Amino acid sequence: MIAFLIKRLMHAVLVMFVISVLAFAIQDNLGDPIQQMVGQSVPESEREALRERLGLNDSFLVQYGRFAKNAVQGDFGYSYFYREPALGVIARHLPATLELVFAATLIIVLLSVPIGVYSAIKPRAVLSRFFMGASIIGISIPVFLTAIVLIQIFSIGITVSLFPESTGWGAWLNGLLSTQGNMPSFGRGYDLVHVVGHWDTNMASWDGLKHLVLPAISLASIMLPLFIRLIRAEMMEVLQSEYVKYARAKGISMRRVYFVHALKNTMLPVITVGGVQIGTMVAYTILTETVFQWPGMGLMFLDAINRADIPLIVAYLMIVGVIFVVTNTIVDLIYGFVNPTVKLTGKPA
Amino acid sequence: MTMTTNKAPSRLDRFRDSFVWYSFKRDRTAQLCLAVFLCLVVAAFSAPLLAPTDPYDLRQIDIMASELPPFWIDGADEQYSLGTDAQGRDLWSIILYGTRVSLLIGFGAVILQALLGVTFGLMAGYLGGRVDAFLMRLADIQLSFSTLMVAIVVGAVVKATLGGAFYSQYAVLMLVLIIGLAEWPQYARTVRASVLAERSKEYVDAARVMGLRSKRIMFRHVLPNTLSPIFVISTVQIANAIISEAALSFLGLGMPETHPSLGSLIKAGFDYIQSGSWWITLIPGAVLVVLVLSINLLGDWLRDVMNPRLYKG
Repeated sequence: MIAFLIKRLMHAVLVMFVISVLAFAIQDNLGDPIQQMVGQSVPESEREALRERLGLNDSFLVQYGRFAKNAVQGDFGYSYFYREPALGVIARHLPATLELVFAATLIIVLLSVPIGVYSAIKPRAVLSRFFMGASIIGISIPVFLTAIVLIQIFSIGITVSLFPESTGWGAWLNGLLSTQGNMPSFGRGYDLVHVVGHWDTNMASWDGLKHLVLPAISLASIMLPLFIRLIRAEMMEVLQSEYVKYARAKGISMRRVYFVHALKNTMLPVITVGGVQIGTMVAYTILTETVFQWPGMGLMFLDAINRADIPLIVAYLMIVGVIFVVTNTIVDLIYGFVNPTVKLTGKPA
Repeated sequence: MTMTTNKAPSRLDRFRDSFVWYSFKRDRTAQLCLAVFLCLVVAAFSAPLLAPTDPYDLRQIDIMASELPPFWIDGADEQYSLGTDAQGRDLWSIILYGTRVSLLIGFGAVILQALLGVTFGLMAGYLGGRVDAFLMRLADIQLSFSTLMVAIVVGAVVKATLGGAFYSQYAVLMLVLIIGLAEWPQYARTVRASVLAERSKEYVDAARVMGLRSKRIMFRHVLPNTLSPIFVISTVQIANAIISEAALSFLGLGMPETHPSLGSLIKAGFDYIQSGSWWITLIPGAVLVVLVLSINLLGDWLRDVMNPRLYKG
């Protein structure tokens, strides 16, 4: 176990090293910092002196060493746009993103487990077929399109006049299919509750929750179908196994067989995939936050790109790198603990 | 095999006798999806013939005719069947051209992924040892980030380095490169897994004993036997590449609005959704969903028929 732990940690450090080299190479090659700092009228000799003083003429390795030393201490330089330390800017935007990811994860867990289990137990039922069909449609709709459709339906509202308004049933159907658009479609609202430090939460007020709902559903929509299909596939395989047949033969109630015996082993691979996917959701927050103007890290990153705010871009890459590496490592470790059959030290087959 | 008086079955005959064709004939969903997909492809690539106007030609655009609704809504102009976008371009024409761009990038990116992934996967699986460890570690690292994340970051950095104007000019090429480079590990892993299964078989030993070079064994003997999983993931990968392209374009890292793909059409229309012009964004969106859905359903069917062990193994 110790060997496995060390191996995973070494892997994590190696990955972080690669990311930091890439991030630094970006910083090194994007634009000329001297150009950003001084005006047109500064002569070349002056620029050269400044370049020398800032250490920009040192070799790549020396400069990288300095960068890495500062980065480890949490110093990524000043954001050009915000005029404050890049890490501070990220820290201010992080809670909004984490809250969004948390809400989306909650939706995914609460819906995917019951739906997945149900459609595994009754694969031929009408409802299961409906869920399977819906899930492949869900996979095919890009997350930003889901978000736009949600905005159209719930924030702007749709008026249906497909049926004749003069008849009673026509008016009723029109009314049923039309929606009032009163959900907020951008930002976090003003009714935030301060928790601690940079963290203002959306989850403690009615208005805050209303702002959170649509972005969270959009973000969840991309993962939910994947999880439903995954849970269904794993559960169906588990239900074929000998020990489930044996439990059934012993006369244990079906509910207990499904939810205690089978579900436990179903969740094993789901946890692994799930942990990795939570990291993946960071990528999708960029899209969701853009559509809903949600002031989190994703929107901040996109703004930083459009403003060529290099220190902020580099800091974002490093922080996201850390998030990915940490989640992946933790998931691997949990899997190693939970599933004793995994080959801990040997090479993966 | 010596040729006798009986002719050897042609490729077409063999295909007619195959299980793939048999199950295709019996599967309505697959037929429908293939029909829809082919319709879209044909329509998109014959866009210059089908489209009433040329959206790239500024002389044919009338800014006074902007934001006209599609034909079933009051206030529509019969000249523009699906309405017009904010710049006064005919939506039907621009969607045809946009679908062509999306398909081009999707196919291009998948071809690049397949070339890289199959080559690396074959090398990793067949040569083993250090090559294998290095390539698979690389694939692991890349896969541990989401491919979309890699694409967004690479796109952003490339755009910032080369400048927006240059990037827009070569956007198709850039997107093919970015999406292709971001997703090769999927292929490499799949190919490697099947190569490992094939490598221990006797025909490979026989070929080696005959003194064939590894390159020849890899590409002429092992590769044909790993084709069915490659086929299956290719469909899914095309769908993914089209969605990735749309996502990048939506973020402003893809096709420029003067030369839009479906993704940049959706992005351009989104700015006008609050003013009630939903058709500019939702009609291209619907086309995108139908395109991706038909590919995904075909992929599902193909996976059931060919039944490769994609996930376990």
